[in-house]
Amino acid sequence: MKSKIVFFIMALVMWSLLSWDLSLQNILIGLLVSLTLTWILGGMFSKGPDKFIQVSRYLWFLYYIPVFGWEMLKANLDVAYRVLHPDMPINPGIVKVKTKLKSETGITFLANSITLKPGTITIDCDPVNGYLYVHCINVKSQDVDEATKIIVEKFEKILTHIFE
Amino acid sequence: MNEIIAYILVSIGLIFDILGCIGLLRLPDLYTRLQAATKCVTLGTCGVMLGVFFYFGFHVEGIKALLCIFFLLFTAATGSHALVRAAYLSGEKLWEKSVCDKLKEDLEVRS
Repeated sequence: MKSKIVFFIMALVMWSLLSWDLSLQNILIGLLVSLTLTWILGGMFSKGPDKFIQVSRYLWFLYYIPVFGWEMLKANLDVAYRVLHPDMPINPGIVKVKTKLKSETGITFLANSITLKPGTITIDCDPVNGYLYVHCINVKSQDVDEATKIIVEKFEKILTHIFE
Repeated sequence: MNEIIAYILVSIGLIFDILGCIGLLRLPDLYTRLQAATKCVTLGTCGVMLGVFFYFGFHVEGIKALLCIFFLLFTAATGSHALVRAAYLSGEKLWEKSVCDKLKEDLEVRS
């Protein structure tokens, strides 16, 4: 039930942002659409709906956005340099990294962040043991622990506060 | 003032888009190409969208551009992951100069 309420509120907020118009008819349509969606999909939305009430998680998420943006920009410039360099100094390979995150959403977010950061792309995931297989355009270390330190650690610290 | 920021952001975005396209042409195998194709282009498109947001401000168009960034980030990551995983499982080879392939070793152990 809690999961459905959270889903309903999120759907309604998304609708009002998309339409950006708080007239009565718009809100009525939004309520109708959100209710229908909640009825169909709400039950499978979240396993831990209580987490949505804790404010600190949102603050950590706000902190995560600039950190992630900066990392993304740096990595983008790195890949751009490698692409434009006449000799193409690339060194690709698939490495294995370990993650401490347990929740499904957390692992999904981590894998997505790794994929979005240029130079790395998540290929497969082993949620039982907490391993991710990452294709890097420039492999710095083939060792599991060291690769974890380079690729995962920065995001993981913040994501632990958001999703665990 | 906002207009100038918008033009700068759009230009930066377009530069990254072009870099992504060059990468797509120059890199050797599917995996590295996907890196360039999805990632540089994601940042480029985000730049263009941010430019649109600065141009219109908190208006219908601007907010929609911001939401587009949000959706783009989610779908680009999921899409490229799905592509690369499908390619790997259907036996697409890595570039011959690739350094290591940890996934292959583990898949052999698992099966």
